[in-house]
Amino acid sequence: MLEIKNLHAKIAEGREILKGIDLAVKAGEVHAIMGPNGSGKSTLAGVLSGKPGYEVTEGSVTYLGKDLLALAADERAREGVFLAFQYPVEIPGVNNMYFLRAALNATRRQRGQPDLDAGQFLKAVRAKLKELEIGEDLLQRNVNVGFSGGEKKRNEIFQMAMLEPKLALLDETDSGLDIDALRIVSKGVNAQRAPDRAIIMITHYQRLLDYIEPDHVHVLSGGKIVMSGDKSLATELEKRGYAMLGDAAA
Amino acid sequence: MTAPDDSLETVRSVTSESYKYGFVTDIESESAPPGLNEDTVRFISAKKDEPQWLLDWRLEAFRQWQTMESPEWAKLKIAPIDYQAASYYSAPKQGPKSLDEVDPELLKTYEKLGIPLSERAALAGVAVDAVFDSVSVATTFKGKLAELGIIFCSFGEAVREHPDLVRKYLGSVVPQGDNFFAALNSAVFSDGSFAYVPPGVRCPMELSTYFRINAAKSGQFERTLLIADKGAYVSYLEGCTAPQRDENQLHAAVVELIALEDAEIKYSTVQNWYPGDAEGKGGIYNFVTKRGACRGNRAKISWTQVETGSAITWKYPSCLLEGDDTVGEFYSVAITNNLQQADTGTKMIHLGRNSSSTIISKGISAGRGQNTYRGLVRVQPRAANARNYTQCDSLLIGDRCGAHTVPYIEVRNPSARVEHEATTSKISDDQLFYCQQRGLSKEDALSLIVNGFCREVLKELPMEFAVEAQKLLAVSLEGSVG
Repeated sequence: MLEIKNLHAKIAEGREILKGIDLAVKAGEVHAIMGPNGSGKSTLAGVLSGKPGYEVTEGSVTYLGKDLLALAADERAREGVFLAFQYPVEIPGVNNMYFLRAALNATRRQRGQPDLDAGQFLKAVRAKLKELEIGEDLLQRNVNVGFSGGEKKRNEIFQMAMLEPKLALLDETDSGLDIDALRIVSKGVNAQRAPDRAIIMITHYQRLLDYIEPDHVHVLSGGKIVMSGDKSLATELEKRGYAMLGDAAA
Repeated sequence: MTAPDDSLETVRSVTSESYKYGFVTDIESESAPPGLNEDTVRFISAKKDEPQWLLDWRLEAFRQWQTMESPEWAKLKIAPIDYQAASYYSAPKQGPKSLDEVDPELLKTYEKLGIPLSERAALAGVAVDAVFDSVSVATTFKGKLAELGIIFCSFGEAVREHPDLVRKYLGSVVPQGDNFFAALNSAVFSDGSFAYVPPGVRCPMELSTYFRINAAKSGQFERTLLIADKGAYVSYLEGCTAPQRDENQLHAAVVELIALEDAEIKYSTVQNWYPGDAEGKGGIYNFVTKRGACRGNRAKISWTQVETGSAITWKYPSCLLEGDDTVGEFYSVAITNNLQQADTGTKMIHLGRNSSSTIISKGISAGRGQNTYRGLVRVQPRAANARNYTQCDSLLIGDRCGAHTVPYIEVRNPSARVEHEATTSKISDDQLFYCQQRGLSKEDALSLIVNGFCREVLKELPMEFAVEAQKLLAVSLEGSVG
């Protein structure tokens, strides 16, 4: 589904952050990308989702046979690439439900499906809300405005559930969550594991992986993937810390 | 869905009686020759077959205007206007007897604007008093309104049919010499709308007038007078569009609202006049005086405006809170893009006890647009316990535009409470990216964010107007993000 080859990227007019990433992700797989602060985890999520401010200097990213880097951010989204934000953005005055419906219909149009009317939409929404233990009042509030940290993250996963992406990037989804919120969010993600969907989790901590079990674990350090393995790699990292990476982690 | 023919009344054709006062101006002509002097004023008055008192009123205004100077205090760059170069009166070529006789081109234009006269009234329950250039072309639904005793007609008709009401209230809120542009309007106003809602009557439909500027070189000087008698309620919609043109066009309207005891007037405007091209060439100058008086106790006046057009906007819809427990409201969205300039706001003058006012202003600047909020809150000594809440938010798109907030607060009663909040923000790349990451195009994302920013104002508009306004916001900002 996703093939990253020798990806180099820098902050626009700044230093190089990604220094040759190679990664292949198949449909149905869950990959965890771990690494210390400053290793390039969020940059990777940004580059894959088309966030402005980064410049790819070398390498390629192929997504479902397409050159992902040639697509604008909104085109990538409509093609099924979803980013759950580390810091979801507030949009004052825009009702959460209205926002979600606009997003969903933009994606549906891309797939050649008709727009959902208000009734159909509400029905679909209610089912997902229940799964994620989200109150309906969240829908009537403005997008992320005044949401608690846990509400913001749950809202991200709720949007993901509604938009049904093919490739989901979860950027530090566990950060700022207490144990109950983490359990709920993880349950929501697990419910969305599917044979035709790939998930890439970016996290600093191993604890998320106790709830969402990855098929593959990669360790990013100094802009490169320095280790790959199965879940046991994460356990080992947890025991020994990123110091086990030696100088590369510094 | 066409309105029944009998509900559509036609406005009489322009009078061509011989001229009473012996001046040489050719009364048969369709337009006044360029220039402005007392003869011009007499010509207009004669064209409209006005009574002597109104001519005298106009002449008094004209004499005051001659002693006045164009205001310089606004944060606007205005090229000198040659008031002698414009023509101050022009009428459509023929006075139609019914809708069938209305110029098909005109009807087509209305349709392009989404306001087919023939259907809109019936569909939306809106009575339309359409002003095309200077003379009303058609007035609808008057019969239905008449059953309730509501008068809704062109200003000229009101002068003929209801002279006592006009004479009593004309200039009672905006006196002839109030300001330079109001004085000019008072001297040469062409036509406009008049509405009177009798005591205790709730007007069952939104009254609506669509203004268009069409004849080249003829400034428009509309005059609107609305009176809500004791306990009456009326909601009035004003919307305008204009075709492209190369010359700056002056528009100096005057709107006067009078709300008596327990009456409520809601006045909504969507203003979309031609703003000029990307270089700022050819846009409308919109210098408007709008003021309402809450003349009785517990009266309420609410202004809502969405200003997206015009090259220059100079406009301060205001409330005189004369009675006790009166309420004044001002909700505004003003957009300036390209080289547009807007200096707009309100005046809330608290005279009555327990009077309260709310001001919500949203300014959006894009391109090289300059947007100024200018507002006065004045609490007079008698206005014990007066309350005001003001919120001014500015949104910047790009880095070549400007937003300015100029609040004036004058409090002469110690029990008053006045609050002012102001924010300035830029549309952030993070917001745009967040929306795009959810599949919205950049344009849709911008429109969504801007509409969210304006939500508090847009929700004050009647439903169908709000939809139109949202589209306008998106259109007005086209191309403002790279």
